[in-house]
Amino acid sequence: MKLVKAIIKPFKLEEVKEALADIGIEGMTVTEVKGFGRQKGHTEIYRGSEYTVDFLPKVMIEIVVDDADAEKTSEAIVKAAKTGKIGDGKVFIIPVDSAIRIRTDESGPEAL
Amino acid sequence: MKIKKFLLALLLSSSAFLMAGSLGAQDAPVVEAAAEAAEAVADAIPFEDGYAAFMETPGAAFFTISNLWLLISAALVFIMHLGFATVESGLSQSKNTVNILFKNVFIISMGIITYALWGFNAMYPGFAEGSAGVFAMGSWFDVPASVDMMTAAYADYTWYTDFIFQAMFAATAATIVSGAVAERVKLSSFMIFATLLVTFAYPITGSWQWGGGWLSARGFYDFAGSSLVHGFGGFAALACAIILGPRAGKYVDGRIKPILGHSMPLATIGVFLLFLGWFGFNGGSVLNADPYLVSLVFVTTALAAAGGAIGSIITSWVFLKKPDLSMALNGILAGLVGITAGADSIMPAYAILTGLIAGALVVFSIIFFDKIKIDDPVGAISVHGVCGIFGTLAVALFSDAAGFGIQLIGTLSIGAFAFIFSLIVFGLLKVTVGVRVSPEEEAEGLDIGEHGQEAYPDFGASSR
Repeated sequence: MKLVKAIIKPFKLEEVKEALADIGIEGMTVTEVKGFGRQKGHTEIYRGSEYTVDFLPKVMIEIVVDDADAEKTSEAIVKAAKTGKIGDGKVFIIPVDSAIRIRTDESGPEAL
Repeated sequence: MKIKKFLLALLLSSSAFLMAGSLGAQDAPVVEAAAEAAEAVADAIPFEDGYAAFMETPGAAFFTISNLWLLISAALVFIMHLGFATVESGLSQSKNTVNILFKNVFIISMGIITYALWGFNAMYPGFAEGSAGVFAMGSWFDVPASVDMMTAAYADYTWYTDFIFQAMFAATAATIVSGAVAERVKLSSFMIFATLLVTFAYPITGSWQWGGGWLSARGFYDFAGSSLVHGFGGFAALACAIILGPRAGKYVDGRIKPILGHSMPLATIGVFLLFLGWFGFNGGSVLNADPYLVSLVFVTTALAAAGGAIGSIITSWVFLKKPDLSMALNGILAGLVGITAGADSIMPAYAILTGLIAGALVVFSIIFFDKIKIDDPVGAISVHGVCGIFGTLAVALFSDAAGFGIQLIGTLSIGAFAFIFSLIVFGLLKVTVGVRVSPEEEAEGLDIGEHGQEAYPDFGASSR
């Protein structure tokens, strides 16, 4: 199993969710996060004084899939979340040791 | 039976006038005696009958409409307190919202009661002998209604209307201070200060002009209170902000680090409420329902507010590179404060100019006070203090209601009195009980620190 962890622009969430639904992904966890990478922050102005916003709002999507599905899942995310401008985000694929469904005690890929 | 007595009194007094006219001045004692007799008869008439008789007179219609207009105006001025509460809340951080709302609830409640017990009488019934028009003493409040107080013999409105209209104004001074000291002032010290300011200081400067004191005698003109209400509040706020010092984190390594307001929608709602209320603040200050004057005042008030917005929008866009909403909101208020002194004497075209100048002025003033490290979260010192002075001078510049010299003397005297009074009282509070919350409390927010409550308990991460 693999954890596909994507950090994307917040307004792209809907498109990404639909793209994932189209390839048969049945569940995901979404978190509102803040951070920066190469995009860095930007300056804003309030009552005549400038200030920098270092941490920009992003959305983080976490999906655990079978090893075989990891590639197409990440491809779907990248395709849907791309604007071509700086700040589009990143996708990480991380190995997962085990998974358990709390309701039924199923474990392994059946739990997904 | 009783009405007959009243008519008799009328007859006696009118015959007294006729006698005075026909017999000449040397017969004054006779006239006086007749007047006294008429008064004695009038005194004997119960209130209900005298009042009913007055309401039958032709003048009662204008009196009734004027009285109603002033009561509506009083209600509009009351709504301004909701405007102040929302502007202040919106322009400060969410962790201090309960504290700001609490201060506003206290100020209007305390203001009405202290004005009833002391302020109204200290401001209006004239001066104690030998006080040289400087300090009027309070005298009474809960007096029985008399015909003289409830009919045109008093004014174009009743004594009760006079009280409630002026009472709504009185608390404004403390509300202005509340905005400037927000997010760091110790609640108990502020409550003591606000009470002393509204109860004692405001009626003193108010009596100088509206109570017929020394400024009034010298031809000073302040229609609805650019100086007496706004300038007064603004300079009290300046003294308190200086004594209190800036909020933690506002100035880091000599640089200004803005502390953002938490709700622009709240701030905007507040400014529109204040705009609405100002129609009563200025419109009611006509003190009757004169169709020409009330409509003129509505027009000048709205034009100046609009001019203030445009003036501040242009100024902030040109000089700050961005059209700053909070500055546009301050601009509306600046225009309104600017026209308040001359709303009935500055003609419409000049009202626009007054607004434009006030709107530009307020942006530069806010930047100036930020630079010299006087921290004013809502811009109260600039809006009310600086534009209060400008509005008072605008009367001399854009109308012929008063001369420049007396306007300058008047506005500076009122500002100086408010500033020095606040410096002394707030200063004394600082060295005795302290005026500022602890750094820990300031960081955590005054809502939890002072009140043990949150304004938005459902927002953000929560385990409840």
